[in-house]
Amino acid sequence: MEDMKTIYLILVLAPLAGSVIAGLFRNQIGKAGAHWVTILGVGVSFLLSAYVFWQHVMNGAPVFNENLYTWMVVDGLEMHVGFLVDNLTAMMITVVTFVSLMVHIYTVGYMAHEDGYQRFFSYISLFTFSMLMLVMSNNFLQLFFGWEAVGLVSYLLIGFYYKRETAIFANMKAFLVNRVGDFGFILGIAAIAMYFNSLDYAQVFSAAPDKAGETISIWGDSQWSLMTVICILLFIGAMGKSAQMPLHVWLPDSMEGPTPISALIHAATMVTAGIFMVARTSPLFELSETALSFVLIIGATTAFFMGLIGIVQNDIKRVVAYSTLSQLGYMVAALGASAYAAGLFHLMTHAFFKALLFLAAGSVIIGMHHNQDIRNMGGLRKYMKITWITALLGSLALIGFPGFSGFFSKDAIIEAVGYSQITGATYAHWLLVAGVFVTALYSFRMYFLVFHGKGPRDEHAKDHLKESPAVVTVPLILLAIPSVFIGWFAIEPMLFGDFFKGVLHVASAHDTLGEVGKTYHDQIGFISHGMMMLPFWLAMAGLAVAWYVYLMKPSIADGIRSRFDWLYRLLDRKYGFDEFNQAVFAGGSLFIGRLLWNVGDKTVIDGIAVNGSARSVGVLAQAVRWVQSGYLYHYAIAMILGLLGLLFWFVVR
Amino acid sequence: MISLSEYLILGALLFVISIAGIFINRKNLIVLLMCVELMLLAVNINFVAFSHFLGDINGQVFVFFILTVAAAEAAIGLAILIVLFRNRRTIDVDDLGTLKG
Amino acid sequence: MSFEKFLFYLFAAILVGSALMVITRRNPVHSALFLVLAFFNMAAIWLLAEAEFLAIVLVLVYVGAVMVLFLFVIMMLDIDLATVRAGFIKHLPVGIVVAVLMLVEMVLVLGPKHFGLTKYAAPEAAPADYNNTAELGLSLFTQHLYALEIAAVILLVAMIAAISLTLRKRPDSKRQNVTRQHMVKKKDRLKIIKMPAEEKG
Repeated sequence: MEDMKTIYLILVLAPLAGSVIAGLFRNQIGKAGAHWVTILGVGVSFLLSAYVFWQHVMNGAPVFNENLYTWMVVDGLEMHVGFLVDNLTAMMITVVTFVSLMVHIYTVGYMAHEDGYQRFFSYISLFTFSMLMLVMSNNFLQLFFGWEAVGLVSYLLIGFYYKRETAIFANMKAFLVNRVGDFGFILGIAAIAMYFNSLDYAQVFSAAPDKAGETISIWGDSQWSLMTVICILLFIGAMGKSAQMPLHVWLPDSMEGPTPISALIHAATMVTAGIFMVARTSPLFELSETALSFVLIIGATTAFFMGLIGIVQNDIKRVVAYSTLSQLGYMVAALGASAYAAGLFHLMTHAFFKALLFLAAGSVIIGMHHNQDIRNMGGLRKYMKITWITALLGSLALIGFPGFSGFFSKDAIIEAVGYSQITGATYAHWLLVAGVFVTALYSFRMYFLVFHGKGPRDEHAKDHLKESPAVVTVPLILLAIPSVFIGWFAIEPMLFGDFFKGVLHVASAHDTLGEVGKTYHDQIGFISHGMMMLPFWLAMAGLAVAWYVYLMKPSIADGIRSRFDWLYRLLDRKYGFDEFNQAVFAGGSLFIGRLLWNVGDKTVIDGIAVNGSARSVGVLAQAVRWVQSGYLYHYAIAMILGLLGLLFWFVVR
Repeated sequence: MISLSEYLILGALLFVISIAGIFINRKNLIVLLMCVELMLLAVNINFVAFSHFLGDINGQVFVFFILTVAAAEAAIGLAILIVLFRNRRTIDVDDLGTLKG
Repeated sequence: MSFEKFLFYLFAAILVGSALMVITRRNPVHSALFLVLAFFNMAAIWLLAEAEFLAIVLVLVYVGAVMVLFLFVIMMLDIDLATVRAGFIKHLPVGIVVAVLMLVEMVLVLGPKHFGLTKYAAPEAAPADYNNTAELGLSLFTQHLYALEIAAVILLVAMIAAISLTLRKRPDSKRQNVTRQHMVKKKDRLKIIKMPAEEKG
């Protein structure tokens, strides 16, 4: 036990050490030193994670739950730094450190000629540390620490090109939108601290069933179910971090950051923190059906409508970003249907294939000399063989082609939602099913436009197009392997086995995955069953439509666009969320700010309080000045007149 | 017999005279200081008289301390007066308006 | 009218008269001398009130020290009497009005109605062996010791303050600096130079 504790500590602190060295001594160690030290740190972390995964999953090591350090004790409320390591944590740290390692290696190639090389490595190692703190936490406070720390690094990295106006705008936007979510999140944590008087997972979860019936009044006399309030507040945090509607607006803009970051933070790991958090707190969510319905509807809505936007985007990274939003919606919907395991399963497979897609997109961007418009690409398969193959594998995994990892996880989610009985389940189910078609359409639209068709449409690109160096392609290959195969191997233990036993709590009334499991026999059976279902044919249809419309008859695309101009414009403007936020929230804040500035600050504080008091002192002083003549006898006469008055009072009394 | 009232009225007379002195000699600092001394004397006679009539020695103790402080005050006052005269060549109170804003 | 009362009124009359002289004389030296006279009379009245020690102290301290100081200062300073006396007549009516008003009120308050013999009976004359100085000393050095020490410190501070205020360096005065005289070394003063002996030509 003691040596495991040391391993966990080293696992978490190695990336931090790498980050500190690369960040503080960047001039001393130089570029090569920076990437070696951080890759070493994350590499150590990954190897230890693999060992931990082996110990816990294969050898069945007992769950580790210990406080390492007491931060503070306030009025009986204890705040610790501690680790909870079970199968869920083991899976998360392995995924995080693996993707992080791949991204570190890839960055060596991608960032080779950029300024701020060492800074970048310092940031991503810091991110790895924060993410590990988040997933290994055994209490809500440390979870919040990790949560905010990954948010901070995300902010720093979106604004990595800090001289670019749009990047600054994007990172400010990400920061502000996340504040909205985090506000809900910390209110949720505060509610937990208030009603459970503890922040420790184990204590809260064991006490939760007793509090299921409790109600609280927030304002007025209306009674709210305590669990619903806590869960929805926590989920608002998840909506911010995992970019669910309507707090999704920051994620597409976060693509201003360098591509490796989009892969690591804004696709594979950080944005899934919300999913992880909800799964971790499943014992609470299971107690509130209202919260689950809320989660389900938000997730399904995001999954479908964000996918639609992906169809009209032309920036290669933005297409993948909207795809990420959509896939996060799938995961959230799975959580809402109580299929936590399916959500986490999809989280894992998605981490691999979406990181792969992002890094492939990055490789294309390197080849195109940082031209990101897919309308300028085309026929790249002739120039970039490895990127082409791996991107194809990633896209197939994304649309859920039978046998690929995405197929298993997405089909499980759709089926689980189909079995769900809670409010909104039917709506969610149909949106998710329709989402499959949309996913296939936008994925292969991008794929065909980039890799197929006649040569690059940008004539200049032809001269310098070539395959990216090995540091870029090796991570692609290494990520392609799990993207294809992980689903096959993991579906049985994760969804229907004992992998998450004791970690996830599912009420028997909500056991949608159990229903799915009844018809499950083996992988082949699951595939053949899936191939007879509607989602598969919708995916194939999407693929076919993409092939026909964008490859065979591009004129059709223009025709549709002009026919459904209103729809195109609606999608192109992303349903107007940005305009709405800009006008209502940003504009409203500015208006209130100006109002407070003019009325509150300039008039009341400056005018009345500050200058006003100064003026009144001046006026008073002018009056008192007359009395303060400076002549002794004036003072004497004042004194004597007072004495006379006093004596007079004595006499007449 | 001499009544307490007579002592007190004598004190009041002295006090009033010294006040009038402050008024009419408002320019002459030295006479002002002397008027202050006179005023203290007027106060002291009250203490002595009450001490005598109430049979309480503490009244005289008060006078003793007043004399002490008055001596100190006269010493410092005159010292200031000398420094003042040395610097300004005048002891006219009206000329001492430097601090007035 | 008893002899005692006669004495009281005599001294009181001289006292009030000399007080009036103090505030009305043109020459400050005269004012100071009248103030001395006032102090003497006050001391006499205090003797009537059996405050013998204070009466002596008043004469010794005030007449002997403070008033002498006043006289010193007056004579030392070259006071322009004309400017100093300016406004005397102008302010006289105000002074008189204020003084009379106040006096009337004070007499009303302090008159026999409140402080007469019926209210405050005249005390018995002290016995022959009564020692005012001893009584006062006993009270001062026991009950009021702390205050006495503070008064001593005040006097010390006043002395230092008065000295330091009036002390000034006179650059033109010739003085010896004994310390510097003692510190003198031979080489500071004596310079031996070599020069060729005079040649007889």
